[in-house]
Amino acid sequence: MTAMCDVAFLLLTFFILTAKLRTEDPLHIDTPFSSVPQVVPDENVATISVGKGKIFFGIEGTDIRKALLEEMGKQYNSHFTPEEEQRFSLIPTFGVPMSQLHQFIALDENQRKDFNQSGIQTDTSANNELSSWIYQARLVTKNLKNQELRIAIKGDARDMYPEYKRVVDVLQRQGENKFVLITQLKSK
Amino acid sequence: MAELDTSGGGKHKGGKIRSKKASTRIDLTAMVDLAFLLITFFIMTTTLAKPKAMDMFMPDKSKKDVQLPVPETRTMTVWLGANDKIEWFIGAPGKTPPTVSNFGKDGIRKDLVEQNQKIKATHTGPDNDMIVLVKPSDHSTYKNFVNMMDELSIAGINRYGVVDITPAEVAQLKKDGNY
Repeated sequence: MTAMCDVAFLLLTFFILTAKLRTEDPLHIDTPFSSVPQVVPDENVATISVGKGKIFFGIEGTDIRKALLEEMGKQYNSHFTPEEEQRFSLIPTFGVPMSQLHQFIALDENQRKDFNQSGIQTDTSANNELSSWIYQARLVTKNLKNQELRIAIKGDARDMYPEYKRVVDVLQRQGENKFVLITQLKSK
Repeated sequence: MAELDTSGGGKHKGGKIRSKKASTRIDLTAMVDLAFLLITFFIMTTTLAKPKAMDMFMPDKSKKDVQLPVPETRTMTVWLGANDKIEWFIGAPGKTPPTVSNFGKDGIRKDLVEQNQKIKATHTGPDNDMIVLVKPSDHSTYKNFVNMMDELSIAGINRYGVVDITPAEVAQLKKDGNY
C-alpha cells in the first residue's frame, strides 16, 4: 500500500508540474504541423486566432488585460467600469466588436460559451479594430512590463491563405514584421 | 516498512503486565484513492502537448529604397497552387517552364536540396546560396504555406521571401490546372 501511495503521489506531482491547464477556445482550430522544436512563449504574448473567417484576440496576463481594456475604452469613447475590467481580465480569448463588448463582458462563463461571437472586425482601413487591439496591447505591454509584445498567429490548417494574409497585412501596416505562427509538432 | 516494533520484547517470567500498544500502521486506502482521483482530474483538464512557435519575419514595407538586385540565376520561385500542388522554376519568369511538384517526401524537399546544391556548384564567391521566393496563390491553404516554410528550414535555406503572386502567374497556374 505504501508503494502504491508513493507512486500515485509521484505521478500527481509530475502532472501538476508539467501540464498546463487547457484553455477553452471559443473557436476550434486545428493548427498545422511543423518540425520546429521551439515552444510558444508564456508571457507577453498576444494570440490572434483565425478560423472559419473569424478573428479572435487573446492576451496573457490579467494586469495587461485590465490596462488594455481601459485604453481601448478611451480610444473608442466607451467607458468601462472597474468591475467590467475585472471581469474582462479573466477572459482568455474573445471575438466581439467593440460595440458588443459591454454586453459580452456582462455574461457569465456559460452564457459566453453559447454567445455567437462574430469575430473582431478588420476592414481595409489602417484603423480597424483588430489593428487597435494589437497596437494598444503593444503599448500596454511596453508600459507595464517594459518588454516588447510578441504576437502569435494561430491559424487553422484548412483555411485558405488569404485569411492569414489579412492578419499579416494588419500587422505589417503598423510595422510589426516579426511574429510567430503556432503549429504542433509532427509525430513521426 | 513504516512500522514500529510494538511487540515489547520477549515474555518475562512473571514480569510486569504491559498494556498492548496500538499498531502504528496507518490505513492508506483513502489517501491512495484521493491521489488517484487528483491524477485523473489533472490528466483530464490539462494538456501536455505544448504548441510550437514558428518564427516569421516579413520584409519591412516602409523601407522602399533597400531593394537589392537579385541575380536571376540564383533565384527559385515557388508558387503554391490549389489542391496542395506546387510549381517552381529557376530564374526569370517565362524563360523556363515551371515544374509541378507536391509536399511529399520526394516533392519540394528534394527539389529544394537539389537546386540549392546545383546553384552552389555553378556560382562562385561567398554569396552563392539560393534565394527562394514563395508566392502563395489565393487558392492555397494556410497549411501549404506553413509546410513550405517548414521545408525551407529543413532544407537549410536562409534566404527566402514571401511575395504576393501576380495575375500573370495566376494565369500560368490556371493553365496548368493548379488553381
